[in-house]
Amino acid sequence: MSQSNYSADPAVVEMLERAKKDGVMTAFDRAEAMRPCPIGRDGICCKLCAMGPCRLVARKGEEPPRGVCGATQDTVVARNYLRIVAAGCAAHADHGRAAARLLLAVANGETRDYQIKDEMKLVKLAMDFGVEISGRNIEDIARDVAKIALEEYGKQEGELLFIKRAPLRRQQLWRELGVVPRGIDREITEALHRTHMGTDQDYENLLLHAVRVALADGWGGSMLATEIQDVLFGTPYPTVSQVNLGVLKPDHVNIIVHGHEPLLSEMVVLASREQRLVELARSKGAKGINIAGICCTANEVLMRHGIPLAGNFLQQEVALLTGVVDAMVVDVQCVMQSLPEIAECYHGRIITTSPKAKISGATHIEFNEHNALESARKLIEIAIEEFAKRGGNGYVPNYAVDFVAGFSHETITYLLGGLFRASYRPLNDNIINGRIRGVAGVVGCNNPRVTQDSAIVTLVKELIKNDVLVLETGCAAMACAKAGLMNPDEALRYAGDGLGEVCEAVGIPPVLHMGSCVDNSRILIAATAMVKEGGLGDDISDLPAAGAAPEWMSEKAIAIGMYFVASGVFTVFGVHYPTLGNETVSNWLFSDMEKLFKAKWAFEPDPEEMAKLMIKHIDERRKALGIDKARERILFDMAMRRQLEAV
Amino acid sequence: MSKLICSAAIRGAHKIVARAEQKWREAMDKWGAKQEVGFPNTAYYLPIIYGITGIPVRTLGDMEQVLKLCRRLLPPPVREKVHLPYLAPALDAGMATFFAEEIIEAIKYLEDPNAYVPGAEEPTDENIWLGAADDIIMRKRGIEFVDGTAPGFAAILGAPPDVETAVLIARELQEKNLYVFMCSDNNGVRMAEQLVEAGVQVGWTTRLVPFGPDTSATVFPVGFATRAAMAFGGIKPGEYRRILIYNKDRIFAFVLALGFVSDEWYANAAGAINWGFPTIADSPIPQVLPTGICTYEHVVSNVPHSEIVSKAIEVRGLKVTVTKVPVPVAYGPAFEGERVRKADLYVEFGGGRSLALELCRMRRMDEVQDGKIEIIGPDIDAVEEGSAMPLATLVEVAGRKMQEDFEPILERQIHHFINYAQGVFHMGQREIVWLRISRSAFNQGFRLRHIGEILHARFHQDFGNILDKVQVTIFTNEEDVRKLLDEARTIYHARDARMEGMKDEDVDIFYSCVLCQSFAPTHVCVISPERPGLCGAYTWLDAKAMYEVNPEGPNQPVQYGECVDSLKGSWKGVNEFVRKASRGAIDGYNFYSVVDKPMTTCGCCECITAVLPLCNGVMTVNREYTGMTPCGMKFTTLAGTIGGGVSTPGFVGHAKIWIVQRKWLQGDGGIKRLVWMPKMLKEELGERLVKRLAEVGMTVDMIADETIGTTEEEILPYLQEKCHPALEMPPIIG
Repeated sequence: MSQSNYSADPAVVEMLERAKKDGVMTAFDRAEAMRPCPIGRDGICCKLCAMGPCRLVARKGEEPPRGVCGATQDTVVARNYLRIVAAGCAAHADHGRAAARLLLAVANGETRDYQIKDEMKLVKLAMDFGVEISGRNIEDIARDVAKIALEEYGKQEGELLFIKRAPLRRQQLWRELGVVPRGIDREITEALHRTHMGTDQDYENLLLHAVRVALADGWGGSMLATEIQDVLFGTPYPTVSQVNLGVLKPDHVNIIVHGHEPLLSEMVVLASREQRLVELARSKGAKGINIAGICCTANEVLMRHGIPLAGNFLQQEVALLTGVVDAMVVDVQCVMQSLPEIAECYHGRIITTSPKAKISGATHIEFNEHNALESARKLIEIAIEEFAKRGGNGYVPNYAVDFVAGFSHETITYLLGGLFRASYRPLNDNIINGRIRGVAGVVGCNNPRVTQDSAIVTLVKELIKNDVLVLETGCAAMACAKAGLMNPDEALRYAGDGLGEVCEAVGIPPVLHMGSCVDNSRILIAATAMVKEGGLGDDISDLPAAGAAPEWMSEKAIAIGMYFVASGVFTVFGVHYPTLGNETVSNWLFSDMEKLFKAKWAFEPDPEEMAKLMIKHIDERRKALGIDKARERILFDMAMRRQLEAV
Repeated sequence: MSKLICSAAIRGAHKIVARAEQKWREAMDKWGAKQEVGFPNTAYYLPIIYGITGIPVRTLGDMEQVLKLCRRLLPPPVREKVHLPYLAPALDAGMATFFAEEIIEAIKYLEDPNAYVPGAEEPTDENIWLGAADDIIMRKRGIEFVDGTAPGFAAILGAPPDVETAVLIARELQEKNLYVFMCSDNNGVRMAEQLVEAGVQVGWTTRLVPFGPDTSATVFPVGFATRAAMAFGGIKPGEYRRILIYNKDRIFAFVLALGFVSDEWYANAAGAINWGFPTIADSPIPQVLPTGICTYEHVVSNVPHSEIVSKAIEVRGLKVTVTKVPVPVAYGPAFEGERVRKADLYVEFGGGRSLALELCRMRRMDEVQDGKIEIIGPDIDAVEEGSAMPLATLVEVAGRKMQEDFEPILERQIHHFINYAQGVFHMGQREIVWLRISRSAFNQGFRLRHIGEILHARFHQDFGNILDKVQVTIFTNEEDVRKLLDEARTIYHARDARMEGMKDEDVDIFYSCVLCQSFAPTHVCVISPERPGLCGAYTWLDAKAMYEVNPEGPNQPVQYGECVDSLKGSWKGVNEFVRKASRGAIDGYNFYSVVDKPMTTCGCCECITAVLPLCNGVMTVNREYTGMTPCGMKFTTLAGTIGGGVSTPGFVGHAKIWIVQRKWLQGDGGIKRLVWMPKMLKEELGERLVKRLAEVGMTVDMIADETIGTTEEEILPYLQEKCHPALEMPPIIG
């Protein structure tokens, strides 16, 4: 594979040429050198006990063999799958837990570095949690909210509280199927228990628990993370920023924040604006301190502060190749262990900050809520020191694309009607009248098994051309931002006439950046808001909507996909799918789920075919809603006005 | 393109808010913070600010917080490149624009008390601008919006290029029954002035309302609509979302932008979108077609003048039913209030100069030839200009569902039907009619046969369900008229006697009226022979007839069923009906009590009765009386408190005529409780009041009025002096 096949992003291609010249290996090269193990890839390898590992590969025309313990291939694939979902859920759950713990610390006055930025959101959250609000000060409310949030993890019985945010029909369906999560940690623990050798050996029972664990992610851990982070750091609001490696400034101290949790990076942003540190940087010959981000930590600080994005998952190594990154501060998830070596070759320090995520060869500066700002200052000082050591061989490719981000659920509500008439009505109306054909959530990672960004961008262009409004998060959002699809001036030319007209009216691009991967919970809330606004059925599964992760790679992606499907969204994954080695489990996911959950999974690596599947689904839903044909304008007379319900 | 519109709107809003701030600072320097401000005779302060924010602006000082709010609402200008979303900020800017303009207009009232003709329905020779509609006008006209006589209004900014087009647009809007609210100018030309120049009668009576010469006068129509939500919709000030959605769903208004669209106009258009009112422009400005905040498109432009009215109606999603009548002049309710001045007169009938009467009779089917219009005597072209002629109009109807009881109801419609013709003026009924035909109507070919044509067409249209045949005979020989008059008087008398004697106990069925639910969704009137509709427009017979006319319509029979309390007037069947028809909001009420579970009020009642505890009685006040009353509230404040479909113990809305009916407040002691009423109401009720009071041994002078006092303390000594019976009655409360 040549470098240009590695990525659709010219900045990456340019930098990979440099790496090649310098003999530096990146994930792209490693992917080429390391073909995926076909048995593991297809989910039919069981290594859960010391009687194995067992390879359950069927000979042509024969039944698949059983594991030493007697487990069938169905069981093995379902168990492996459940473990994937549990791991994904665990990652998001821990993220939410960190946010909740921070909120409690703030409420208790244990840290002065953080404040409650969005009191309104806290109050709404308190009301959802049944916390008394009248006549109480904000810290007391916050304390109760944080405690209840933390109880969501350890709860043994009952239902997760956010389940009640879903459309009533969906809640009812979950209850009937017995998949309502009881406590976040309980579901994850139970997943590990059930998949222990010789425990749950009924594939459907395993998969239904995978649904329950996934729901504990989407309507649990992820949603808690998003909601509490909004309370602490502010609910995102539209902001202009730039994306791609060109945001790195050769004459500045460049600090990249990378990972997933914004708790520290919020402080880094804050500290980078402190006069003392700016002066210090200047004293070392820098023009200033430049913060940029990679992965979802980047999305978090982008959404709330407009901090530019250096790139998505596959750009973490590439960014270091520029030689101008003085420090890369990483927290948790999706961080490559190769970073310290590449930094060694070029320039800069890799600083790990989470006790949960250390990397050999990196500098570790442990961060916690009590020393947050202090740690942030310390690592900025390190970056400044590094800047002073920077050699002259830095090179920043000239790619930086303007775009608009910051589309939280609250913001979308506002944008569609202003302060006084905020609602989803215009969205629903324009879906009903056909200007907008439907809505798609395109999310997920990069994967070096696919030309970087190409599947995402091709899919999204195809969708918007067909008047499908696209909501994005995570690395997929970054890919589209780089491709100019989030620039309101440029992107409308890719959109169909109807979608374009609506976007122009509101002043938005046809592809909306809704945040990090925990912020997929925002998409759930948005979908629910569409249902509640009326006219598009009474469940998420009635909406002309679909989801996709064309370049996924992490376990979190499968967890997200599962909670989307279980919430009623038809979801297509690309690259590969971890059950393909077994027909029974794949059938359950790709077909049987439809009967149970009114939504199913699909696997389709070709982005154009993927678009066709999603549009077909959207059209079917439009037909079922009876909005597939042009409608006559209704003119109101007095009798019709009298029939209206009071507002 | 929306971006251009939003950018301009935001710029315009900045300018308008800055102007308001400057005006306010100047006013503060001159008068100080305590200076009272406001629009005339309204309980809603500056109504947009009050409705949306809940802030009652009483003084110049109160304006400061509103101006601060405007600043907070004002978004930064839209960026040229990589812009942020602009629609929502533009809508917020539009709201700030309205707040600022209300402040500008309120200060204008302060600076120049003669800027507008206050409280007038029509302009004077010196000043054509009427300014903010006061609450009397709002409530009076409100009924027309409620019952659909006026399905909506056009707020016009600017003016068309010439007088002829102005007249054509105004006529078309009038013919479609819409109110026309005119503001602002186009290069110094104002549509209201164009109409006056063309000799068109402007004012509330003809629905062509010259609100104000400046763009800021846009807040008058929008304030009118905002008040409707509070007055009829029962929505509380500050419940901005409900007020705006109410307007979107129920007030079918739109903006016509005629001429160059300035930044300020864009700002006002953006403001109006919050209310669901779209803008239709005659100039080639950008469009905003996607729907959602308005029911359909938001801005539609470049519409030719010949199509602009029908386009606007379509865009607003309004269904206008226009009654086509074969007459050579324009026809519609908008012309009902048009006068024919002596100088424009061609011929008149009645009004003291000649005999004139109208009579409607039910006949057997074979006695009526449908469509037959006969003129017996000379037509109007046989007399000289300025003459008076005798006139008797006899309408004979037949139909399977016609009843004799419906005769007076049909007969009363003659007034409206004839009056709708442009250039024809009609007043009164029975033998006190007064009809004038203008020179212009005559010149356009209007003759007496057209009166027949109108009545034939309209009786069929409106009452087609109960009658099959209509024939009209018009007599103009004095002898014939006199002969018919004798017969008619006997009939009038018999009808009165029947109505007079009709008791609630005599009928099995009451009728509901939910006509007002288009505006007051939880209000339900139940009408009995001795409890007419509180708007004064519907009696039991009217409701009965309307039910026959439209069995699916707003008047439904109510089986009142078992009596719960005969004194207070409560029936199981009525309560059950009210509960259902109010969508569960009201669980029943008493017909004849103000103290205990009184009937609800939509907001368009003719009178409001309130308990006066100190005097151990009640007062009643009519809508037209603008002064203070002994309960401490003016009519308009009272109506604001009890309107919107809620039952408020101690207060009740009702028709004027109910005061002289025997069941009036029977549960609380009846008319013997009446201790205060405005002089004008005493005079209006006249003989009937005298007679009714005599039945209980009282005289009119025992009841205090504003000449005696407007507080309980002031009137009590007078009542004691007159030995008013209320003082001896059991305590009214408790």
